[in-house]
Amino acid sequence: MYRYDSYDHAFVRSRASQFRDQVRRRLTGELSEEQFRPLRLHNGLYLQLHAYMLRVAIPYGVLSSSQLRTLADIARQYDRGFGHFTTRQNIQFNWIKLEDAPDILDALAAADMHAVQTSGNCIRNVTADPYAGVAADEIEDPRVWAEVLRQWSSVHPEFLFLPRKFKIAISGALEDRAAVLFHDIGLRIVKGRDGRSGFAVHVGGGQGRTPYVAQELRGFLPREHLLSYLEAVMRVYNLHGRRDNIYKARIKILVNAIGIDEFRRQVEAEWSGIDKPQIDLPEAEYARIAAHFAPKKFARRPVAAAAVARRRATDAAFDRFYRNNTAAHRTPGYRTVTIALKEPGLIPGDMTADQMDAVADLARRHSGDELRITYTQNIVLPTVAIDDLATVYDGLVAAGLASANAGLLTDIIACPGLDYCNLANARSIPLAQAIAARFAAPERVEDIGELRLNISGCINACGHHHAGNIGILGVDKKGTEHYQITLGGSPGDDADIGAIVGPSFPAEDVPGAIETLVETYLALRQGPSETFLAAYRRLGLAPFKAALYAGTSNTGTTDEARAPQLTAAGV
Amino acid sequence: MTHPSIITANLLRSGEVVYLGNDGRWTTELSDARIADTPAARSEIEAVAAEAAAANEIVSAYLMDVRIEAGTPAPASMRETIRAQHRPTV
Ligand code: SF4
Repeated sequence: MYRYDSYDHAFVRSRASQFRDQVRRRLTGELSEEQFRPLRLHNGLYLQLHAYMLRVAIPYGVLSSSQLRTLADIARQYDRGFGHFTTRQNIQFNWIKLEDAPDILDALAAADMHAVQTSGNCIRNVTADPYAGVAADEIEDPRVWAEVLRQWSSVHPEFLFLPRKFKIAISGALEDRAAVLFHDIGLRIVKGRDGRSGFAVHVGGGQGRTPYVAQELRGFLPREHLLSYLEAVMRVYNLHGRRDNIYKARIKILVNAIGIDEFRRQVEAEWSGIDKPQIDLPEAEYARIAAHFAPKKFARRPVAAAAVARRRATDAAFDRFYRNNTAAHRTPGYRTVTIALKEPGLIPGDMTADQMDAVADLARRHSGDELRITYTQNIVLPTVAIDDLATVYDGLVAAGLASANAGLLTDIIACPGLDYCNLANARSIPLAQAIAARFAAPERVEDIGELRLNISGCINACGHHHAGNIGILGVDKKGTEHYQITLGGSPGDDADIGAIVGPSFPAEDVPGAIETLVETYLALRQGPSETFLAAYRRLGLAPFKAALYAGTSNTGTTDEARAPQLTAAGV
Repeated sequence: MTHPSIITANLLRSGEVVYLGNDGRWTTELSDARIADTPAARSEIEAVAAEAAAANEIVSAYLMDVRIEAGTPAPASMRETIRAQHRPTV
């Protein structure tokens, strides 16, 4: 993985010491809250519902085990002993004191980490495929370009005050595991006709109040021109983005207001005038960064490990973990392991300091010292020898992290919601827990199969509800927490936005409603190989809606003013 | 119409949720908050909060409605119930 050089070190250290001085001046009153607020936000420090919240960047979701230990130390020393991994592959600490923040930033800097640009109207942490570098279906390692983009976008003077926040995702594999099409810019590494690699560039995706799937801006961009081309995109957006209206300020609104063809025309015009050699990455610099991600040579390990086969035959829970939480690795003899932070009764994405230490230790001993955070709020051990799987699994059982439900119904994405978030309408976490409790039997969850269920506590959609096969959105109905259900969203290659199924439900009715939807699917599917999403696409909304509202008085008109009406996107 | 209100804020240093108390100090206990139920009383507690903000003691102060239970203020919304507990509901 990438290691800071002296320039990176000097940069994060100087930012941390600047912030120390800014905090000092705030506490003595030299800076007013108004003056201080943008400074603290530029360093990832929010004032949330209960306290200050610090959002720490995990560049493209990649962490070393020692960095995870640093996060554990911060959780223990400065927070309440846990942290929360987010759908942006970042971590948030919920109970931070302003007076401690400078010490925390110093601790992060010492571990090659920071909280710069995790907030504010700038280019945020670039997200990527969590299987990057090890996936069996990978064309090229996207981390190299993710790191290039991290360096390019960090305090880029032209793009620090954009009309609104800006999110870039990148994948180098055949399967999209990074929800690329739900980002302001979504990059897929592709091979050109001559065998050289480049990017399919998508633009204008996003969730929130006005969800859009990104559209293709360029089918093939030679990779050496990535930076100049992105500069052109950013300039067009920076110039025309709606700074006058926060609800219309994202690039998705601009793209859809003028149309993708006109947007493309403007980008191409801008790009043709750019001094490309001045901006594009020199080949030598590419090589320097790529060297950090040079494919590792893994020791030869047995492909068919007898001990693992025996354990699978005798231990149903381990066998289930193997089936659901491990994936093909590009090197024979290895698997990629997903640790689902979705133990029944716990908070999706939360991890205690002790669990962080335990996982850091497993990563050090069994996964090349490295881990990944996924946007589904899980952790990935990228490279585990099949021979070591039982040991790793036992370690996870001991740490309370062995739920074998990755990619299944109970692998729920849930934003912090009203339990932590200042902007929330309703709680997300207790609802996720209630649904998980309703579907506690692992055999049943596995029989239901692949199903993405996502919960957001408000229309900002941090919980990706629009992209859930089943999405749940918290709404405020006359001062009470209600939940609106959407169906048919998908985060993958077949990206789609869920459709609202009907009037909202009070919290206590939601687990039953999910049960009804699942039972309807099970009754109508053509077989276990037809996923929930596939069945929904074949059948449409009608049978689900009929089942959901049968025999209830809840058949009135859709009554949430906040509901995203896709046809009236408000551009 | 008068409805009972109190002032809430966060302490600048720690971020803790606090309420302007009966004794004029900032307290973490909502039940100890000073109730204002006339426009004049509300202006008065708002002025105290503005002073505390100017003195860099608190940030993000706002007036919030409360219910009165046995003479004691209680939160009137789920959001304020959660804030007053100083922890999530789970
Ligand atoms: S979706 Fe809304 S409630 Fe949930 S974290 Fe985002 S802003 Fe907060």
